[in-house]
Amino acid sequence: MADMEPDETVDSRDSACPGPLMDLVGRIKKSDPGTVLELLTSDEGSKKDVPDWLENTRHDLLEIEDQNGHWAIYVKVN
Amino acid sequence: MEKIVVVGGGIGGTVVANRLANDIGSMIDDGEVEVTLVNDTPHNVYKPKYLYIPFGLSHTDETKRPLTEILNHRIGLEVDPAVDMDTDAKTLELESGKTLDYDYLVMATGAKLVPSETPGLVEAHEDDTAHWFYNPEGAEALRDALQDFEEGHLVLSVIGSPHICPVAPIEFPLIADAWFRERGIRDDIEITYTYPIQRSHGLLSVTRWMDPIFEDRGIDTEYPFNVEEVDPESQTLEAMEGELDFDLAVTIPPHAAGADDLIENAGIGDEGGWVDVDHNTLECTRADGVYSIGDNANHGTSKAGSPAHYQAGVVAKRLASQIRGEPPTEMYHGKTFCYIEAGLDEATYAHFNYDPETKEKQLPKESQLIHWGKTAFNETFSLITRGLI
Ligand SMILES: Cc1cc2nc3c(=O)[nH]c(=O)nc-3n(C[C@H](O)[C@H](O)[C@H](O)COP(=O)(O)OP(=O)(O)OC[C@H]3O[C@@H](n4cnc5c(N)ncnc54)[C@H](O)[C@@H]3O)c2cc1C
Repeated sequence: MADMEPDETVDSRDSACPGPLMDLVGRIKKSDPGTVLELLTSDEGSKKDVPDWLENTRHDLLEIEDQNGHWAIYVKVN
Repeated sequence: MEKIVVVGGGIGGTVVANRLANDIGSMIDDGEVEVTLVNDTPHNVYKPKYLYIPFGLSHTDETKRPLTEILNHRIGLEVDPAVDMDTDAKTLELESGKTLDYDYLVMATGAKLVPSETPGLVEAHEDDTAHWFYNPEGAEALRDALQDFEEGHLVLSVIGSPHICPVAPIEFPLIADAWFRERGIRDDIEITYTYPIQRSHGLLSVTRWMDPIFEDRGIDTEYPFNVEEVDPESQTLEAMEGELDFDLAVTIPPHAAGADDLIENAGIGDEGGWVDVDHNTLECTRADGVYSIGDNANHGTSKAGSPAHYQAGVVAKRLASQIRGEPPTEMYHGKTFCYIEAGLDEATYAHFNYDPETKEKQLPKESQLIHWGKTAFNETFSLITRGLI
């Protein structure tokens, strides 16, 4: 069980193209400041891609959780 | 009698209807099943050809065909926009006031552009400085603008995410580069491509293929670059990461699902407004008896014609099984095939599925043969929509 309480989930498990990061970017643009998003991804590359992308933005990485075969990445929209 | 309603007569909708007409044709003939396709216009449109309109290599007339020519005679056709849906009563309401009952329904309403979501983009479009080629009107306006564009900075900017056809934004600058060279004006034109994440494309295999080609052709790249606003006066793209001036902006605007209001009101969409489906069965997770395919669905792969086509085949088989009282066993595993133009006479392709390893598979070297493959495919699109290939 996740400790985080997301406001919305972006389920990108299986996301083949253009991939979980693009799914997250799209959702962030539509979200209000303060929203906590949970990105579910089965692509291990997201563990690096997402934090790298966030570094260049005003949004915050809250946590990355290993959830048995996929990962949950929590992001706060600012 | 069991009733199947298909909403949307694009690539996904026509293929699913025509495949059903073949798979359960005798049951339709015997009056045991009725299949009706609902579309908001009398035409089927083939969007991949929009890419060529700005360069005068295709025309809007070549992108559409009457649905009556494409649909099998066993399919009923309603040219009437779907406006509402009651997933408990299993009814679909059309704009004319007509109501259709269904036992099974397939949502295939595609995606549409919402440029107004980016402040300033519509104004810059009205000023003839910002454009798009993802709909016929946009592609034609861009064609006219390109005729007069002989020098300056052309910026191809991916603004919307998700957007349909993830590779068309790469194809456009590559074709433009070759087209300007042919006209002898390439040295007077700077081309820049912008993308929202920290590499040139979401798909790693595509990034690895395109980076050296873009460098070789002198196409600049700017990423991550997330446009938040367009300033029509100063002709500037204002992004989270900085600004970029343009003389001609070719944008990929934000998108929404076709029939987005219906999807929201019927409660079948996810938080992003796309129909929420199981990625393998393509059954809507929020309503019984509803499938969704193609660009309006939240499946795990590209919003592109090839997945819509493959998904339609899967859903037709599942429906045929259910109609026959058998368990539906056909599954979709993310199969996607995208041709990528690398200029005016060469192309490559990407072929992948839900398995992350397939996203890293090296793309073949671009060639004229593959370009001819894409051209032939585009010319024979009615064979696809008729469910023949
Ligand atoms: C420039 C460009 C290039 C592309 N190139 C490629 C390519 O090379 N390869 C590739 O695979 N894909 C490509 N695509 C993407 C491809 O065209 C789409 O992904 C594909 O058309 C999706 O099929 P669909 O059936 O989901 O939706 P569509 O084909 O868009 O069909 C949706 C249908 O639903 C109808 N509709 C909408 N709302 C309603 C309503 N309320 N009631 C009734 N009917 C409604 C519409 O009129 C339309 O007929 C390209 C797209 C563009 C724009």
